[in-house]
Amino acid sequence: MSTEQFRICPESGLQFHKPAETLMRANAVLAVVILLIGGVAALMVTLTRWPAVHLLPADRFYQLLTSHGVNMLIFWVISFEMAVLYFCSSTLLRCRLATPRIAWLGFVLMVTGIVVNNLAVMNGDASVMMTSYVPMPANPNFYLGLILFAVGALLGCFVFLGTLVIAKEEKTYEGSIPLVTFGALTACIIAVFTIASGAIILIPTYMWSMGWINHIDPVMYRLVWWALGHSSQQINVAAHVSVWYAIAAIVFGARPLSEKVSRTAFFLYIAFLQLASAHHLLVDPGISSEWKIFNTSYAMYLAVLASMVHGLTVPGSIEVAQRAKGLTKGLFEWLRKAPWSNPVFSGMFISLVGFGFLGGISGVVMGTEQINIIIHNTIYVPGHFHATVVIGTTLSFMALTYFLIPVLFRRQVRFAGLAKWQPYLFGIGMGVFSTVMMGAGTLGVARRHWDMAFTNSAIGFDYPASAYTLMGLAGISGVAAIIGGGIFILVVVSSVFFGKRVESESLYGAVPTRLMKAEPIVEPAGGHAAAGKWGFAAPGTFVFALFFLAVFVIYYAINWKYLASVWPMS
Amino acid sequence: MSAIQPPSSTIWWSQPLDRVEGTWIAIALVWSLFMFFMMPFWHVYGKQNLSNEAYRTTPEAFMSKTQAMIDQYTVRTETAMQLPVVAPPPGSDVYLLGRLWQWYPLLELQKGQTYRLHISSMDWQHGFSLQPVNINTQIVPGYEMVLTITPDTLGDQTIICNEFCGIGHHTMTGKIYVTEGRP
Repeated sequence: MSTEQFRICPESGLQFHKPAETLMRANAVLAVVILLIGGVAALMVTLTRWPAVHLLPADRFYQLLTSHGVNMLIFWVISFEMAVLYFCSSTLLRCRLATPRIAWLGFVLMVTGIVVNNLAVMNGDASVMMTSYVPMPANPNFYLGLILFAVGALLGCFVFLGTLVIAKEEKTYEGSIPLVTFGALTACIIAVFTIASGAIILIPTYMWSMGWINHIDPVMYRLVWWALGHSSQQINVAAHVSVWYAIAAIVFGARPLSEKVSRTAFFLYIAFLQLASAHHLLVDPGISSEWKIFNTSYAMYLAVLASMVHGLTVPGSIEVAQRAKGLTKGLFEWLRKAPWSNPVFSGMFISLVGFGFLGGISGVVMGTEQINIIIHNTIYVPGHFHATVVIGTTLSFMALTYFLIPVLFRRQVRFAGLAKWQPYLFGIGMGVFSTVMMGAGTLGVARRHWDMAFTNSAIGFDYPASAYTLMGLAGISGVAAIIGGGIFILVVVSSVFFGKRVESESLYGAVPTRLMKAEPIVEPAGGHAAAGKWGFAAPGTFVFALFFLAVFVIYYAINWKYLASVWPMS
Repeated sequence: MSAIQPPSSTIWWSQPLDRVEGTWIAIALVWSLFMFFMMPFWHVYGKQNLSNEAYRTTPEAFMSKTQAMIDQYTVRTETAMQLPVVAPPPGSDVYLLGRLWQWYPLLELQKGQTYRLHISSMDWQHGFSLQPVNINTQIVPGYEMVLTITPDTLGDQTIICNEFCGIGHHTMTGKIYVTEGRP
C-alpha cells in the first residue's frame, strides 16, 4: 500500500488512486469518441427519415442506422459505465483499484471489439441493425466485435467487484457502502447477467455465420438476444439512477430520505429487471400469454414500482436539503431557486423528468401484452427508447461529465456559456423528438424503414398528412438535439485537451487512505417533516408525483381505448 | 454529501420511513397491481388478444397450404405481376406468407365474418403490420402463427413490413380488402 499513489481533490475532497484515475479518463474519452461517431450517424439517419429531406439512399440508411444503434446503445453507454464503476468503487470508497492490469486488458478488448464491429458495418455487409436477427446474416466480424467488447466489459465488472472486496478488507470505509456505490453494484450485477446472455447467443451466432453450425431457432435467438439487449438498458437505468443520487449529493448535499427504501428499490431491480426482456416478444408466435404477462410486467410491476420510488426519493431528497436551507415558501420555491444555470443540475433534473414522464410511462404502456399489438415495430418504439436511454441515461452522464471535467481531468470548463444551455437544447429537443415519433407510431409509421411513401412498391400505402407532419417535426427536433449533443462534445473535448488547468494543487503521494467515517444519521429537530407540509418532508415532490400518476393513468386508459377500436382478434 | 458517503452502520435499516415515501409506495404498489391484473382481465373480457396458437412448420409445407387456398379461391389478379386476390369462405383457414419482399397472396375478406389467419415466413423475420387498423405481429420462418380475426371495418387495408429484412424491406407490401358480405 505504501507504493500506491493517491491524490486528494481540494475542491471535492474525493481521493483518486492514480491507476484508477487513468482508467476512468481512458474509458470516458473512449465513450465520448463513440458518442461522436454515433452522433454523426444519428444526423444522417434523422435527415433521411425527415420526409422532406430524405438524405441517404436506402443501403446507406440501413448501414448507418445499424452503426448508430450499436455504437450508442452498446459501445457509448457501456464504455462510460466502466468509468462510473471505477469511480463508484475506488474513488468513493477511497481505496486502490483491484488489478489495474486486468482493467487495462478489458479496455483493450473493448477497443478492439469496437473497431472490429465498426469496420464490419462500414464494409457494408453487416447492415443488420443492432439486433442482427437470424436468419438474416451478417459478416462474422459483426458478431465477433460485439463478443470481444462484451468480454472486455465483463473484466471491468470483475475489477469493480474486486475493488469492493479490497475496500472491505483494507477497511477504507466504515459501515455500509454509500448508496451510489450500491446502485453501481446493482448495475454491475445486471451487467454480468447481460454479458453472459450475450455470450450464450452471440457465440453460437458467430459460429453459424462461419458455417460451423447449421441452424439457430429465430424465436430462441430473440429470447436470448433480448436478455442481452434489454438487460443492457437496465444496466443503464441502475447507473443513471445512481448518477442522479450522486449529483443530488454533490450539488445540494442531499441525503436519501431513507437508505432502506432506496436500497430496496435497487434490489428490486436486481431481482426482477431482467425478466422484462419478454416485452420484446409479446407478439411472437409460440410463446404463452401467461409467460408473456408475468415477465413483461417485471413480476407484477415490482421493478416499475422501484423506478417510481426512485422518481420520488431523488427529487424528494433535493427538496428536503433545500428546505433545510430555508427555501420553504410554498410548494415549489425549493425547485424554482435550484441552480438551473448549473448544467450538472439541469442535466440531471431534465433527465429525471424526461425518463419518468416520457420514457417510463410509454414503456409500461407499450409493454402491456395486448397494447403491444398496436405498437410493435412502429416508430413509437424508438420514440420511447430515446426518452429512456438518451434523456434518461445519456443526458445524466453528460451532467456528471461537467462535474468530472474539473474534478477528474483537472481542467476548467471551456465554453461555459454554451454548457449552460446544452442540457436544455439536448433534453428538450430529444423530448419533442421522442413525443412526435410516438405520435407517428400511433398512426402506424414503421421503424427501421427507409421510405414511408412506398415509392418503389407494387402496392402503395398513404399515411395521413399528420403522420408526415410528425415525421417532419421529428427531423427538426432531432437535428436540434444532435446540435445539443455536438455542443456537449465540443465543450468536453476542448476542456479536457485545451482547457486551463485547475489552479489548486493536487499532488500524488502515498496518501494513507483516511478512514472514511460513516456519517451519523442526523434527525433535524422535529423530524424531516418539520420543514415540510401536511407532515410530509417533501410535499412539492409529492404533488409532482401525483401529477405523474395522473398522466400515467390517463395515458394508460387512452391506449386501451385505442386497442378496443381494433378488429376483434384472438 | 451523503449518497456518496457511507451511512451509519446498521442503523439505517431501522430508520422509520417518512410519511411521503410510505404514502407514495402504497399508491404506486396499488397502481402496479392494477396494471398487472388488467392484462388477464382483458383476456377474459376484452376483444383484442393474441391466441397462443402456433405450429412448427417449414417454408415448403406452409407454401403448399397457401397454394392450395390460392388454387381454390382466387377471384382475380392485380398489378403487373398478376398477384392473385383470394376470397376464402368465412370461417375458413386463410394462409398468408411473407417473403423477401412481398406479402402473398392478396386477400379479400368479408366484414363481420371470422377467419383463421395463418401467417408464416418463407425466409427471414418479417413484421406483419396491417394499416390503418394498426395490427402488428412478428412473423418468423419455421413458425406458423394463427390469428382468429373478425374484420369489422370496410375498405382497403395494406400490409406493410416493419421488421427490417434487407434492402427491399421498405417495398414489402400486401393487401387485405374488406368487402360487404356476399349473399
